[in-house]
Amino acid sequence: MTFTRRNFLRAAAGGTAAAAACATLAPSPAQARDNKPIPEHAVGLLYDSTLCIGCKACMSACKEANNLPLEDNIGEKLWDTPLELSGYTYNVIKIYQNGTMEHKDKAVNGFAHIKRSCLHCGDPSCVSACPVSAMTKDPVTGVVGYNKDACIGCRYCVAACPFGVPQFQYDTPVPQIAKCQLCRHRMAEGKYAACAEHCPTGATIFGTYAALSAEIERRKAMTPGEPNLFPRRTPESGDTHERASAEYVDHVYGQKELGGTQMRYLSGVPFDKFALPVDLPERSYAANSETLQHTLYGGMVLPGVALAGLVAAAWRGSKDHDDDDGHNGGHNHG
Amino acid sequence: MYDDTEISREIANRFNIERRDFLKFCAAMAATMGLPKGAEAEIVQAITVKERPSVIWLHFQECTGCTESMLRAEHPTIEKLILEIISLDYHETLFAAAGHQVEAAREAAMKRNWGKYVLVVEGAIPVKDNGIYCKVGGKTALDLVKECAEGAAAVIAIGSCASWGGMPSTPPNPTGATGVPEILAPKPVVTIPGCPPNPYNFLSTVVHFLTFGALPAVDDKGRPKFAYSRLIHENCERRAHFDAGRFAMEFGDDGHRKGYCLYKLGCKGPETYANCPAILFNDAGSGSWPVGTGHPCIGCSEKHIGFEKPIHALADLQNQRPPVGYPRVVEDQGAGASIGAIATVAVVGGLAIGAGSKLVGNLGKGENGPDSSKQG
Amino acid sequence: MVNHPIPSEVARGLRKPKAGHAAIGGGLWSPFTLVLGALIAIAMFFLAQRFIHGLGAVTNINNGYPWGIWVVWDVVIATGFACGGYAMALVTYILNKGEYHHLVRPALTASLFGYSLGGLSVLIDLGRYWNFWHILWPGYAQPGSVMFEVAACISLYIVVLWIEFSPAFLEHLRQRNLKAKLNKVMFVFIGLGVLLPTMHQSSLGSLLVVFGYQIHPLWQTPLLPLLFLLTAVCMGFAIVILEATLAAVGFKRDIHEELPLLSKIGKIIMGILVAYLMIRIGDLVVRGAIFQVFSSGIKSVMFLVEMAAFAYPVAVLSSPANRRRLSKLLAAALSMLTGAVLYRIDAFLVAYDTGPGWHYFPSAPEIMVTIGVIALEVLAYIVFVRKFPILPGHSTTAAAE
Repeated sequence: MTFTRRNFLRAAAGGTAAAAACATLAPSPAQARDNKPIPEHAVGLLYDSTLCIGCKACMSACKEANNLPLEDNIGEKLWDTPLELSGYTYNVIKIYQNGTMEHKDKAVNGFAHIKRSCLHCGDPSCVSACPVSAMTKDPVTGVVGYNKDACIGCRYCVAACPFGVPQFQYDTPVPQIAKCQLCRHRMAEGKYAACAEHCPTGATIFGTYAALSAEIERRKAMTPGEPNLFPRRTPESGDTHERASAEYVDHVYGQKELGGTQMRYLSGVPFDKFALPVDLPERSYAANSETLQHTLYGGMVLPGVALAGLVAAAWRGSKDHDDDDGHNGGHNHG
Repeated sequence: MYDDTEISREIANRFNIERRDFLKFCAAMAATMGLPKGAEAEIVQAITVKERPSVIWLHFQECTGCTESMLRAEHPTIEKLILEIISLDYHETLFAAAGHQVEAAREAAMKRNWGKYVLVVEGAIPVKDNGIYCKVGGKTALDLVKECAEGAAAVIAIGSCASWGGMPSTPPNPTGATGVPEILAPKPVVTIPGCPPNPYNFLSTVVHFLTFGALPAVDDKGRPKFAYSRLIHENCERRAHFDAGRFAMEFGDDGHRKGYCLYKLGCKGPETYANCPAILFNDAGSGSWPVGTGHPCIGCSEKHIGFEKPIHALADLQNQRPPVGYPRVVEDQGAGASIGAIATVAVVGGLAIGAGSKLVGNLGKGENGPDSSKQG
Repeated sequence: MVNHPIPSEVARGLRKPKAGHAAIGGGLWSPFTLVLGALIAIAMFFLAQRFIHGLGAVTNINNGYPWGIWVVWDVVIATGFACGGYAMALVTYILNKGEYHHLVRPALTASLFGYSLGGLSVLIDLGRYWNFWHILWPGYAQPGSVMFEVAACISLYIVVLWIEFSPAFLEHLRQRNLKAKLNKVMFVFIGLGVLLPTMHQSSLGSLLVVFGYQIHPLWQTPLLPLLFLLTAVCMGFAIVILEATLAAVGFKRDIHEELPLLSKIGKIIMGILVAYLMIRIGDLVVRGAIFQVFSSGIKSVMFLVEMAAFAYPVAVLSSPANRRRLSKLLAAALSMLTGAVLYRIDAFLVAYDTGPGWHYFPSAPEIMVTIGVIALEVLAYIVFVRKFPILPGHSTTAAAE
């Protein structure tokens, strides 16, 4: 069987066209993987920026609960001063500033706080990316956990997370990934996220996804300026305080983004002001990536077929070229 | 429930003080120990009803500051109250007698109250050269403390010297000054470190023992938790200045006059456990403690800090808290191109491009030259 | 299109192969190899720093750019350069163009080292490298991850490459019987040796899909695997041209016998690049990203340079006369390789944006490690072609450098 150049090029073009067609049609309904749903008994956090006073008790509590060291970005080694989430900081309170900063929770001439920590996505990119199951999503609580004993330190999770959450420790020969795990190591003792436990205003509260959803609805229904009760620690703790409701932007961050997250945000300031990624699609990136992989490699069907063809072609070729291996070392051919 | 009028008569008789002052004392004791409401009633009961326990008070390598501090306790006039609440059966400073007489008195008291007396030790115990550097009545301190501890129901080490060696143990510690817990180990010893300690820490411990028949909860160093479980840094009235980064840099400078944080002058508050900022000293009102008067804490109650770490050396923080101040939503991170890196890339890239072009050029010349009419 | 006639001496060689492969001998020490040795030593020094103090002590990678040139060059680009064996196996054994066969071994050698060192580079870059075996161990391995598939395929492919290469060892050791036995089953490994790179070279592109919006629309597309695969195959062919030229010039060998084959390879490259450019630009149009070509700042500049590097070979190789000139073939191959390098650097680093405030440019020590790895590969290649029968054995002069 001979291939002329023409035929080869035709075949190549045809093949690539076919492949291209396949690839573009790949996320067809029959094969596309949908977003993983938020588990029924999922737990999570609600962070209300309008309640946050920037006291950073949550940062303190997180460092203590997770035994994390001081991080110094000022050079004095007197205070814990992370600029960002890092290999030693799982939770950071940042500030949005504009103009005179007179008005809290206003975008113009105002200021507001934002808590950055793991959002515990419903369909996490990090879990999909991790090649060694070091990042896992608990099937019951939905907490996205990290196991350093499985981790190879490839940092695919760091690169993949759309929110920039997992952090790698570059300053040690025995590094690990750092991120909030919702204090899952305390859950056996009946405790919950330390940040929620210590927040004095209830800006961060911990609870079941359903309970937090109800609380979100309650707050969205409030009239700005009207006095209302706000719970601390958990939605059902009974430990409440009264204050005037702020005006919320009409968006719950994390409700729909990339399939939804178990930590959601309410705010008086548009979320793009906090340097959070906005206009994220509802379909998770993990679903995109895994659909592509499944299309090409699902059940190893296509590779199996391809291998069969290739081996057959190689075998046929070896028979055609089969000649003496005797003198002078001969040729090397298949 | 007890009969109020009975109490007041008893008190008036026994202690020669007003009933109101007595009740105030019991309330103050209860408050110092952090006991819940109503505990003062139990204290009243204990003091008025129970038999006065015998106390043997030993002095070794000490300055007697702890005794002096105790004598300054004020609510109410303490020498009367304490000397009546307890039966002080041996105390070198306060006793009129001396010499063999007083030693005999001690031994008799110990024998009489064997297994029931409270042993209080003030001062460190030298252990070098078999303890010859401190001898009382011909016996070394080392022998004495062991002997007296044998029959004690409770052992309290008052002051840093007795707790862990204190000032006499300052390196190089030529006499081998050691604290009581180390000498008597594994016997449990309550320690009330400080130089001197606030007398109410000691008094509360004794009253607790008297009231409840047991010593208060202590930490791994034997220090009562009600007084020593928190860092000075956590209760200091100048903490806000620390968090905001306002420091006195020199004695008498502007910051010092404004009462700013003394951390940079060497305050050991961040690594010292004590309740000084909470209960202060000498009942003289607010600010009557070292930091309040403008001198950095020297960590007198902490081993390896007090009398070892230089007074103006900076303290190590035992935990960290974020300061006043926030990172912005966007902070510049990561290294851009350094001169060296750009140079390396430029050199390598230049070499690669140069070599490639040269090779292409040379080949081209070869092709155009000899065989210009190649057919291939 | 007219088939140009095969020169008689080549045709004769096809029908009745006389000389196979031969070690070219010659001394290992030369100014060039000494320079390579020095570069390797420098890299070793910095690698010691990396293992003692951590990645941050040597590299500039950070949590905004967790992957730097050790991933993008030493693994992604270097394995692309190492696709010579893949490309030659494809035409020689699958499409059965036997006339290419004596170009296979030298290509295979470059592939061998390229992939082996690529695998080594992974170990250098991994933060918790002592757990590396987890990626192939059931119980740890997570099949939904693109990286799992890449790692599994590359690991297996490295084994296949060594097996495919072993006849050269066996020849050197004069183990004819063993070699014959191996050759009888070699077709299985050849099949694998074409399947595996197809899988992982495309998946190196798929790695980026999960990054979502973090990859700029000029590069983010579901067609990433296809585009990476096309450029990888093309890189394989371009490397063959480059390697043949360098071997001829470096070891002072005659290129004339190979030139017609290289011409054909040039045509293949042109064809693939035409397909690639059509798909690449078509994809931008379909996704509406074409409007960002000129409005994306530095990304626009890099995009245009990248496309130019791909377009130039098409222009050069479209003329048959050019395809007969080694200088033009080489220029086209170099440009193609530049384009492919830029494509990978752009897709992984230039197009990657995790949020404002983050910067990355490799540090000088980081670059020196990459250069050291390249130097090691070149040195290993030189050692191997001097000692083992790899290059087509028709050269009469043992090269001295």
